[in-house]
Amino acid sequence: MNTTASFPKGPIKKIDGDAFSLNGDDIDTDRIIPARYLKCVSFNSLGEDVFADDRNEKQGEHPFDKKENQGCNILIVNANFGCGSSREHAPQALMRWGIRGIVGESFAEIFYGNCLALGIPCATASKAKVLQIQKAVVHRNNQNWTLDISRERINNEEESWDLNIEPGPKEMLLKGDWDATSQLIANEEAMKIKLSTLPYLNNF
Amino acid sequence: MSAKTLYDKVWDLHQVAKLPGGSTQLFVGLHLIHEVTSPQAFAALREKGLKVICPERTVATVDHIVPTTSQLRPFEDPLAEEMLSTLEKNCHEQGITLHGLGSGKQGIVHVIAPELGLTQPGMTIACGDSHTSTHGAFGAIAFGIGTSQVRDVLASQTLSMNKLKVRRIWVSGQLSNGVFAKDLILHIIQVLGVKGGVGYAYEFAGPAIESLSMEERMTICNMAIEGGARCGYVNPDAETFSYLHNKLHAPKGIYWERALKWWKSLASDERAIYDDEITFEASKISPTVTWGITPGQGISIEEKIPLPETLPPEERQIAEEAYKYMGFTPGSPIEGTEVEVCFIGSCTNGRISDLKEAAKIAKGKKVLERVKAFVVPGSEQVAEEAKAEGLDKIFTDAGFEWREPGCSMCLAMNSDRLIGRQISASSSNRNFKGRQGSSNGRTLLMSPAMVAAAAIKGKVTDVRKLTKGNH
Repeated sequence: MNTTASFPKGPIKKIDGDAFSLNGDDIDTDRIIPARYLKCVSFNSLGEDVFADDRNEKQGEHPFDKKENQGCNILIVNANFGCGSSREHAPQALMRWGIRGIVGESFAEIFYGNCLALGIPCATASKAKVLQIQKAVVHRNNQNWTLDISRERINNEEESWDLNIEPGPKEMLLKGDWDATSQLIANEEAMKIKLSTLPYLNNF
Repeated sequence: MSAKTLYDKVWDLHQVAKLPGGSTQLFVGLHLIHEVTSPQAFAALREKGLKVICPERTVATVDHIVPTTSQLRPFEDPLAEEMLSTLEKNCHEQGITLHGLGSGKQGIVHVIAPELGLTQPGMTIACGDSHTSTHGAFGAIAFGIGTSQVRDVLASQTLSMNKLKVRRIWVSGQLSNGVFAKDLILHIIQVLGVKGGVGYAYEFAGPAIESLSMEERMTICNMAIEGGARCGYVNPDAETFSYLHNKLHAPKGIYWERALKWWKSLASDERAIYDDEITFEASKISPTVTWGITPGQGISIEEKIPLPETLPPEERQIAEEAYKYMGFTPGSPIEGTEVEVCFIGSCTNGRISDLKEAAKIAKGKKVLERVKAFVVPGSEQVAEEAKAEGLDKIFTDAGFEWREPGCSMCLAMNSDRLIGRQISASSSNRNFKGRQGSSNGRTLLMSPAMVAAAAIKGKVTDVRKLTKGNH
């Protein structure tokens, strides 16, 4: 677990580090962080509990426990990653373990938005390409991987794969606008117009 | 691109601004909060020196962590107690209404907001819970959000969102006897897949949907998210208005008449354009049960657990994982599978009509001795109504435990949970690995009537066989 790395802030142009793979479609947020770990009023300690049940079952053989994956910050997954519950505890747990970027075939929507709100890019690629990247990651012998947001690609020192990052989130990441709160608050006047004109808030 | 659908109309009405990056700033008409996904949002607000901008547009309750045996404070579980007291403190400080334990209005957030009349057509509704899609049953656009977004709504009453595509799911015909809304939605998810709805809002329409009660429509919309669709909705109609009439927060008097006029204008136009359309035939659907580890792994009660070679290639890996986890053999029937725990409740099926259907099956029968069966009403109001009708007595006479309201064993954040490899028949919404509180516990999703039948027989049973001749 890479607890010393600081959490994302400001513009996120690329993520340098090391990548590892977690195989399987439809990995839900109950698996990423089981419900019993949601009994907390702060996200601080979630990193150690990420994939708690899956890891316990695999007894040290789970990708998040393997020695060679410790310190990795880029995760390669398959389809519909993060489906199920809206719990932000899931990306929080991944982030606190050390994940800073995710590449996969597809992501569940709420999970995708939760990641973006934390400054964690989710990039997509075709099934075939994801399988290629996973193969390369498993057989990696150099530890230098880069997830490049502006170029929409992932590469190591020898190979490179083009990815897709949705234009909106991409711009938000590159400009450092992924934390939406300040932009939303800035439009308070326009919000108040809605408040005073929407039929159901104004006796129809 | 969709046009003139209810989704388009409600979306347009709530647009506040275009944000850099192309997202839309959307006004949130009703914000619902609970104890699990809000504490970090309030903490973030404090950290940024912000306050809740429209406290009157947020309503809170406590549901996920509450015990269903004794709800006396302080709770036995200190972590649960800390979560509730944090919610109480946050609501008190920020002037937010909290429907707490014993108020008569507490319950699962997706059960209480409709029964209090808070949920109304044409609203945008957000809550830090994926089953917020439930409220779409009223013709609202309702969706689950993460905790950072809960913070955003508290601070600004708005969200940064991208518009979804709209798929119309037209259900013709009528459901047969013994087949319920739960069976219909499990069937739809089985056909369209758990990721089929990603990027879409689901509009449920057609004669079979129009014939459903509001509570049944809530069951359908509740599980839209299990099909990957962040929101699902039904166009408001006479059934919707009749449900809302005289509810606590529903408009009254001349405002009711005005509201009706506006609500009627929101329904998708006859010539609305959809991004996609698909049709189902209700009469062909049988009681449906899940056999695997995703809500999409369902089959009709007459079917056998699918052989891998009969599945599309992309579903085989997760099927293999499911056979192994569930300990099931492909090709064997689901009917007759022994169950150990039976749970009736949840935001999917914990409403009064669900309890009534289950009680019809349980009445005068006995839960098989080795089975642990319990009923958790969705809210204090549901519990009160059930008691007034004697349903609690029917259940306890039959050997079910009658509990206090909450989310309970749907996600097992309280002490209601499976032990070891126990297998449950559950009226809830998710059969994910470990979902019901044991890391190797197993869940079979089905309708409340089917759960009651399973409790009596101790095994998965076609509820139609128990009701033969009773129609």
